[in-house]
Amino acid sequence: MTFFSNIWRNEKSREIIVQIIVLFFLGWFISWLVMNVNANFEALGKDISFEFLFIPAGYDINQYLIDYDSRDSHLRAGIVGLLNTGLVAFFGIILATVLGIALGIIRLSKNWLASKIAYWYVEFTRNVPILLHILLWHGIIINTLPHPRKAISLGEVTFLSNRGFYIPKPLAESGIELIYLFLVVAIIFSIFFAKYCKKKQDLTGIQYPVFWINFSVICFMPLIAFFLSGMPISLEIPALKGFNFRGGMHMSPELAALTFALGIYTAAFIAEIVRAGILAIDKGQTEAAESIGLKPSKVMNLVILPQARRVIIPPLTSQYLNLTKNSSLAIAIGYMDLVATLGGISLNQTGREMETMLIVMLIYLSVSLSISAFMNWYNSKVKLVGR
Amino acid sequence: MKTKMLLAGVTAGVMFAGSVLASTLDDVRARGKLNCIINTGLAGFAAPDDKGNWTGFDVDFCRAVAAATLGDADKVNYTTATGKTRFTKLAAGEGEILSRNTTWTFSRDVDLSQTFIGVNYYDGQGFMVPKSLGVKSAKGLDGASVCIQTGTTTELNLAEYFKGNNIKYNPVPIETNAEAQELYKAGRCDVYTTDASGLYATMMSFDNPSDHMVLPEIVSKEPLGPVVRHGDDQWADIVSWVLRAMMAAEEKGITSKNVKELAAKDNKDKEINRLLGKDPLQGLSKLGLSADWAVNVISQVGNYQESFEKHLFPLTIKRGMNALYRDGGLHYIPPIK
Repeated sequence: MTFFSNIWRNEKSREIIVQIIVLFFLGWFISWLVMNVNANFEALGKDISFEFLFIPAGYDINQYLIDYDSRDSHLRAGIVGLLNTGLVAFFGIILATVLGIALGIIRLSKNWLASKIAYWYVEFTRNVPILLHILLWHGIIINTLPHPRKAISLGEVTFLSNRGFYIPKPLAESGIELIYLFLVVAIIFSIFFAKYCKKKQDLTGIQYPVFWINFSVICFMPLIAFFLSGMPISLEIPALKGFNFRGGMHMSPELAALTFALGIYTAAFIAEIVRAGILAIDKGQTEAAESIGLKPSKVMNLVILPQARRVIIPPLTSQYLNLTKNSSLAIAIGYMDLVATLGGISLNQTGREMETMLIVMLIYLSVSLSISAFMNWYNSKVKLVGR
Repeated sequence: MKTKMLLAGVTAGVMFAGSVLASTLDDVRARGKLNCIINTGLAGFAAPDDKGNWTGFDVDFCRAVAAATLGDADKVNYTTATGKTRFTKLAAGEGEILSRNTTWTFSRDVDLSQTFIGVNYYDGQGFMVPKSLGVKSAKGLDGASVCIQTGTTTELNLAEYFKGNNIKYNPVPIETNAEAQELYKAGRCDVYTTDASGLYATMMSFDNPSDHMVLPEIVSKEPLGPVVRHGDDQWADIVSWVLRAMMAAEEKGITSKNVKELAAKDNKDKEINRLLGKDPLQGLSKLGLSADWAVNVISQVGNYQESFEKHLFPLTIKRGMNALYRDGGLHYIPPIK
């Protein structure tokens, strides 16, 4: 008896015992779930099988980044959907980050009007559910923009209509290699030039406008090559044929609405995170930086933001994850993402709800974990190095 | 999002549901109500009326089964399902019947472990366009944006038909009929495609139905009918014979008006006697139904013709293939003996 009460009184062994008990119940619960699924599937006369992934899907998808045809398999349809999820998450994250950082800084501005506008933007946007944002943007695009036959034309090459946005598509012709070559040379030059300028500054304190020089080099070198090689890029201009525009690059109203909605919604949260990050930096840092004669933009870019980044990145990661997962609401407006293809039409055509849902859940889990892993790696790069 | 939640819920339901098996009829009787899965809203088939009561051709069938099994057509709980959630909901036991214009296909019947108990409406997939588009045939739809309801046979038919005719199109998948209507009206799509019955129902709900037309091509066979789960033959028999009883009543001229009168007297046509419980119908006790089951169905819901005319004539749908065999249609009822 004393043996057991001794074990229980010992903090270390008590912790271990509690963990073993919790683990046991967790394992028991999971195995009960699995057994119950099996029992119920047996009672329904169903089995668990993933063979359906390899039979032809039979349905068409309106946006595909890899070749897709209704004769392709459900697996391929799922990959097309996953890429569509990735595409909208990618655009959404860029928009949300740029807009969010700008708004976060504007909100701290001394300009009363600018700071109030940012304040109202944040309060209005983040207090309206994301689904309404998506439906609102989709509604605006399809109800206010005209029919393709009356599309708004920008210089007869770019068109806006309720079927989406059409822009010219660059087509490579022979001789394009020279442009690529010049671009690579320009980039290599820029890297070396930046290193050289850094060294020079460290030694002498002389600063060059590195960014603008490199920017011009990267822009103009390929442009020179373009003219030297006899303009080997032609534009495929979208043209109205029958019901819709053909040719050019097309952004569907669904993709546009989803990108705007996700970007604008998440930007409100990011703005608050950025504001919190900046406010977390002691005012003395600003004053110290100003006292050595740095311009306000340099104070922000060289002193405040690098320190604020440590506070910003962990919650920013959550926002990126949220945005990616929120993109599954795409189904409300008919954007063919992973949930709409594999977790939607494939599920319905094959009746494999358990299998498709498991796959979709695992994919979202691994996508989220990879974003998380990347952000953790970035966080460890910028975090305060302990001395 | 709603659908996703439902799916997650249903998946969880499959995870947690107890695996007790009792006869479906016993379950319904013990509960005192029939659970019936219907459309989220399709005029004529299942839509709420101005008092908020579900009404329509598919709803009538739920009512008929409740009348046969419980003696009261009003004892029905309705659960709505989209094209996508319906089979999951049926499989998870959220209803005893799926009465939601569901197309009978091989894989749905065999692979999804459900039983199609008959056809209550012969349909086919068609195309609706605004007249202003100037299209006269589905062959002229090259390059069009097409709104489709997802989770149906529709998208497969569409892909096959357009591929077969080498027509390019831009599919716009939509979850429910109501949302699809909005997109079609807003001009997001040139064409709306679903079963022809659904097209007429949708068209009649527009402000100016005459501005739209259904193209002559019917690109698929869509035999629609009620569905039950595999494994309870007694229940499948009950549901299928309720459907046949409604059709047999039309054939024999039994209506909700005269059924009580015919049930009370000895008719020359002995089939009427057997159907209405005057003469014994061998095997009825195996179904667990009382002798007046068909009288309840016909007096409370009506025969097939009455239900059809009440709900589908207002949509300008004609009997066509859905007439009885003797009138040139496809409904041929096995004898009640």
